[in-house]
Amino acid sequence: MKDSISKIVKKYGNDKSQLVSILQDIQTEYNYLPRSALDKLSKKMDIPQSHIYSMATFFRAFSLKERGKHIVNVCLGTACHVRGGELILDSLERQLDIKRGNTTKDRNFTLETVNCMGCCATGPVVKIDEEYFGHMTNDKVEPMIKKYSE
Amino acid sequence: MPSKLKSPQDLEKLQQMLSKNLDAGKSRISVCNGTACRPYGSNPVAEAFKAELEKRGVGNQLELKVTGCHGFCERGPVAIVEPGNLFYQKIKVEDVPEIVEKTLKGETVGRLLFKAAETGKEVAGQNEVPFYRNQTRIVLGNNVRIDPTSIEDYIAIGGYSALSKALHTMQPDQIIDVIKQSGLRGRGGGGFPTGLKWETCRKAHGDIKYVIVNADEGDPGAYANEGLLSGNPHSVLEGLIIGAFAIGAHQGYVYVRNEYPLALKNINIAMQQAEKLGLLGKDILGSGFDFSVRINRGGGAFVCGESTALMASLEGKTGEPRAKYIHTVEKGLWDRPSDLNNVETWANIPLIISKGPEWFNSIGSKGNTGTKIFSLTGKVNNTGLVEVPMGIKLRDIIFDIGGGIRGNKKFKAVQTGGPSGGCLPEKLLDLAVDFDELTKAGSMMGSGGMIVMDEDNCMVDVARYFLTFLEEESCGKCVPCREGVKRMKQILTDITEGKGRESDLDLLKELSAHLKDSALCALGSSAPNPVLTTIKYFLDEYEAHIKQKKCPAGVCKSLIKFSIIKEKCPGCGMCVKVCPAHAITDMGKKKPVILDQSKCIKCRTCYDVCRMGAVKIE
Amino acid sequence: MSESVTLTINGQKYSAKKGKTILQVASDNGIKIPTLCHHEEIEPYGACRLCIVEITRGTRTRIVTSCLYPVEDGLVVQTDSPAVVRNRKMLLDLLLTRCSENEVIRDLAGQYGVKTSSFREEYWEKHDCIVCGLCVRACEQVVGVSAISLVDRGIHKEPKPPYLEKARDCIGCGSCYYVCPTHAINMEDKNGVRRIDRWKVEFKLKKCSKCGIEWAPVAQLEYIRKKWNLPADFFDICPNCK
Repeated sequence: MKDSISKIVKKYGNDKSQLVSILQDIQTEYNYLPRSALDKLSKKMDIPQSHIYSMATFFRAFSLKERGKHIVNVCLGTACHVRGGELILDSLERQLDIKRGNTTKDRNFTLETVNCMGCCATGPVVKIDEEYFGHMTNDKVEPMIKKYSE
Repeated sequence: MPSKLKSPQDLEKLQQMLSKNLDAGKSRISVCNGTACRPYGSNPVAEAFKAELEKRGVGNQLELKVTGCHGFCERGPVAIVEPGNLFYQKIKVEDVPEIVEKTLKGETVGRLLFKAAETGKEVAGQNEVPFYRNQTRIVLGNNVRIDPTSIEDYIAIGGYSALSKALHTMQPDQIIDVIKQSGLRGRGGGGFPTGLKWETCRKAHGDIKYVIVNADEGDPGAYANEGLLSGNPHSVLEGLIIGAFAIGAHQGYVYVRNEYPLALKNINIAMQQAEKLGLLGKDILGSGFDFSVRINRGGGAFVCGESTALMASLEGKTGEPRAKYIHTVEKGLWDRPSDLNNVETWANIPLIISKGPEWFNSIGSKGNTGTKIFSLTGKVNNTGLVEVPMGIKLRDIIFDIGGGIRGNKKFKAVQTGGPSGGCLPEKLLDLAVDFDELTKAGSMMGSGGMIVMDEDNCMVDVARYFLTFLEEESCGKCVPCREGVKRMKQILTDITEGKGRESDLDLLKELSAHLKDSALCALGSSAPNPVLTTIKYFLDEYEAHIKQKKCPAGVCKSLIKFSIIKEKCPGCGMCVKVCPAHAITDMGKKKPVILDQSKCIKCRTCYDVCRMGAVKIE
Repeated sequence: MSESVTLTINGQKYSAKKGKTILQVASDNGIKIPTLCHHEEIEPYGACRLCIVEITRGTRTRIVTSCLYPVEDGLVVQTDSPAVVRNRKMLLDLLLTRCSENEVIRDLAGQYGVKTSSFREEYWEKHDCIVCGLCVRACEQVVGVSAISLVDRGIHKEPKPPYLEKARDCIGCGSCYYVCPTHAINMEDKNGVRRIDRWKVEFKLKKCSKCGIEWAPVAQLEYIRKKWNLPADFFDICPNCK
């Protein structure tokens, strides 16, 4: 792990102002921000531990908890909301038996929300990993989840 | 790929060569693979086109362009065929071979053309499609002509010639004058005169200055910046370089929202391509001007769309805004003069430089020149990205371009300006859409979100929704916003749950006045707008919730009840299957189902799937 | 480069050095403006909004925080206009709702006629911390160790130790405790040990070899000693005995 952190830090020229980008690269590598990675980062760049923790908790893109294999993103933007986006979230919470921000027991799914993905014409929208599902209705939730349950 | 361009003549030569290829008598199919078309499966369609063309080996007759957003997102996947400017909609992978076949023959595929609702007839040309007919697509229109990952495409249509003109034939002060004369105002929502902003920054004390692209478009429901940045990244880059030259900045930043992976990818590619050709970096086009750009991703914080919070994030800190008593054009990023403009503002610059300020002045209205791109979404028939001249009536956007309310429902409100804006009622539909008029009505332009609502939307619920959003996105630094938005949301939630009191409205108004006066930044000071506009224009709905404990639109769960209209229910059992709470019992064929109120969770699934209209919400 | 400007505060003219804030000039001239997140040794932050005043420049009047607004020639300031008082009242109302049992907030609110929260009792909270950030800013700017930070955002924003564990970089100096305006931080020196529960830290206190008083955390003294390259026995005798 020490090597990958060094690599990322080097990529950004050890520039403290690029902390958000550095944290994003770490999250891309490990699917979340591991504590050990952040401790190594703090040492390597001489940034106080408290500052890194502050950044990791301020920006919603980051997760300090391990995430599931598949990230389910529900759009809660206004256009999706007026077409029933919140009801889709409710459906997913019921289907996966977890509340938003959490991961299923089998670690297969993490349920997150986004405040607009930019696909407003096809709302309500759900994104699982790289795949977009538009015009979502409650009855489409189960088959969509089944597709990723193998 | 040619080598570095070291002079205006180099660029001209390349442009001439590339545009010759364009006019080489080939037919062209432009397929949209923008973000909003992807949920419709535009990616497999684009791949199918690529495969079909390869299979047939017709590269010398027919050219394929995979482009960014065409605007008519409702009908995706879409494509434009030249010659003829044919507009095809809702394309499926199975349609691809036929489209290619017919295009090679110069014929059209009738069933994929747009059908005019009024006449029932097919409309072939894009410019006759009602959605497009009333738009003025000077900025977004180019998306159709170029592959956003190809700098050659951009140059072929004249790209970077404005930059060449600016660097080699104009002085910085002259450029600023031109922008001032054009009357261009910030397209991110503030509407501040761009030329004046540039001038102040240029004159500010300090040798090191910065220019920044704000691509943090956080308003939920607004994706105009996304369509522009991912569909034509070079237009934004070109504008940025011109601005940097005018202001005297040698370092620029593009701050892209984390939730826009396609825009991020494409601006990165654009930047690298521009560098390779000598249009970015050292000695741009042999002018002696150096300028480089760094691209930053947001971290999932709406507040980072606020200029000082954005700059804090660029400095490696949390996105907390700071007081702007000293403007950021004087002391911004690292306390240095910084000019921050929205994506759309930057994209207008090359056009103004090329065509002149008088041309720009001829579009729009006095004091509000040019066009604005809106994300028209919600309950309209034609949702998508629309570009209209400033001053056009709201009614024209929603009914002429938007095609009116879907499902023949009744218009109720249109929300503009995102969470910082307001909801405008039917009586204001003849309002001119420009910075000043919208602000006077209690809303604002914002970055271009325009969400249409109908009789099935509850305005109290809408206000509650926006406060929930703002509470989640508030940075938490100042007391009025952190504590005030929280209390406003509590009051509104109580109202939607039938726990509202008469005194609540006065308390909401008091809190609103407080936030407007005392909040640290615009997130807090404009947070009251959705609440104030809905109270002003939809007071009857608030009173129904508070006094009668009813939700007229049938939305607020605690105030509604689902029931089965026995006479209409054929006993098909569809609702029974889909009910997640198993609250509906099948009573056998031809017998109406029975809904158990005590189990019902008001999820609306039965109402949505019933084709007989047998589910009632009261 | 110290230009002078003339401004009017509450109807009276004052002369002030350019670069000072309204709050500083008011303070220089004995005019009281209430504050919560302000401290002379720390950079102004503008979070509590209590120090707001009404200013008029030309024809434009607006409300600004005096701790950050730089004085200008011809500026007209009202420290207690009806708009200012109305806003301070609502501000304290909001703070009282959050900190319904905190003495400092109750007193301050009482001074402005806010005896009870305008919001429903079921929503009253019992925090002591008002998230003014002074503890964090003092730790960063004055002490220089940045042991704690403002964590999360929005309604959940609060000063916390990293990972909600013992604040590893804390030296137990107590600056946070001294600077907190609402006494939200508990610091206890007992039986030779200093505890600051909020940061989950405990420090052994150094005993003076002369008078025997346990006067400061060992960790803090070691930090200072190392930073300034002082001899190993420099702090063996407490300042009183020196």
